Amino acid sequence: MSTPTELRYSEEHEWVKTEDGKARIGITHFAQAELGDIVFVELPEVGDEIKADEPFGSVESVKTVSELYAPISGTVVEVNEDLEDSPEFVNESPYEKAWMVVVEPSDSSEIDKLMSAEQYDQMTQG
Amino acid sequence: MAESTLQRTPLYDLYAGHGAKTIDFGGWDLPVQFSGIKSEHEAVRTKAGLFDVSHMGEVFVEGKDSTAFLQKLMTNDVSKLVEGRAQYTIMCNEQGGTIDDLLIYKMSDDKYFLVVNAANTDKDVEWMKQHVEGDVTVTNVSDDYALLALQGPKAQEILARLTDEPLEEIKFFRFKDQVSIAGHQALISRTGYTGEDGFEIYASPESARVLWEEILKEGEKDGLVPAGLGARDTLRFEAGLPLYGQEMSDAISPLEAGLGFAVKVGKQDDFIGKEVLVRQKEEGVPRKLAGIRMIDKGIPRTGYAVYKGDEKIGEVTTGTQSPTLGANIGNILIGTEHAVLGDVVEVEVRKKRLKAEIVETPFYKRAKS
Repeated sequence: MSTPTELRYSEEHEWVKTEDGKARIGITHFAQAELGDIVFVELPEVGDEIKADEPFGSVESVKTVSELYAPISGTVVEVNEDLEDSPEFVNESPYEKAWMVVVEPSDSSEIDKLMSAEQYDQMTQG
Repeated sequence: MAESTLQRTPLYDLYAGHGAKTIDFGGWDLPVQFSGIKSEHEAVRTKAGLFDVSHMGEVFVEGKDSTAFLQKLMTNDVSKLVEGRAQYTIMCNEQGGTIDDLLIYKMSDDKYFLVVNAANTDKDVEWMKQHVEGDVTVTNVSDDYALLALQGPKAQEILARLTDEPLEEIKFFRFKDQVSIAGHQALISRTGYTGEDGFEIYASPESARVLWEEILKEGEKDGLVPAGLGARDTLRFEAGLPLYGQEMSDAISPLEAGLGFAVKVGKQDDFIGKEVLVRQKEEGVPRKLAGIRMIDKGIPRTGYAVYKGDEKIGEVTTGTQSPTLGANIGNILIGTEHAVLGDVVEVEVRKKRLKAEIVETPFYKRAKS
């Protein structure tokens, strides 16, 4: 699967999509492949504050628990409730159906510091 | 990188061709999965899976005093074992803690083949050598043997096409040495660690490499897949089979781990750990292994604390989302007084207390055919 060029990427394998000043966040194809079958996703609630580089939730595969690290700071305005019953979306559709949260960024310059698709591919393939 | 120090089985370079992802399992670079833990797990429950478990340790105990020696070291009654059969047993320390759980294959009155946990091999061999009395020789032959486990309802059908040996005569926990499979000599037993029917195949490293490919090719049309240690763990856990280091340890007695069937305190000979185990049988064990099924959303994991009200009553030893049941389940080691079926306890999952019900184990039992 090719890495979508319209998204930005963090070193912790989250993607960020900017939409009307808000940021949609999920994990990358590379990350889901590394984790294996995802069976549980734990997300924050609407209204929660998340902080860049700090955990805001977790994904669990059959075997392990991995924390989700916020790529940027902000206030959660939307949460993907579908992942509660369908955590397998993370494996099947990491960039579309498995978006995790939408946040109102508190510092939009944080988004500019994230990697491009090309830079992210270099990191994961290097 | 620590990579170079990890041990590899003789099949290591064959994994990649089957899409394996390997990780560090107690010092061994082993395949955690091939196609995916859930699909491999399901294949073993409904068709068949082939595992490389060559990391397991193999030890020969030989000499005319072998039986007496093993009687002293093992909790099970080795004197009841007859040639051609295998026995599951525990080796305890003086405190009744578990040094290891293992299989003993009786080759003859003065020759036994022991299969031990990889990470415990050196510890076990050292312990056994320290306790040798009379005509007994203990030899670690782990490097001479590779081990494949063919598991699942289709296992016999697949293996039968590669050998002239009448496999139906090898009943549960029996074995046959020097069986020819696809032209290669192997010792095969009807044993396993998945809760399904199946065979374990002990062969030389060279033969095992060929057998791995031959068996996979032969079983492909039956739905046989290569399976990793991730699926092996979920399969054994659902079936109520304990894992050393989780359900058992130097500080957990086999009675606490629910392995009383392998502890024969009434056998003729004394054995190491007997005093403590007899007392635990008479007075009851202080702690006990129990099964839980989560009520709240969350997955119990090894080491998570278990509470009853404000009191911490124990820990999770193994937990996952059961691929067969789809439920979040776990084993917990708790104070015996709290191990009451139907009671509700709380598991601390990332600082949140989540409710779980104590349920019967095993979580999965194969339907008798």
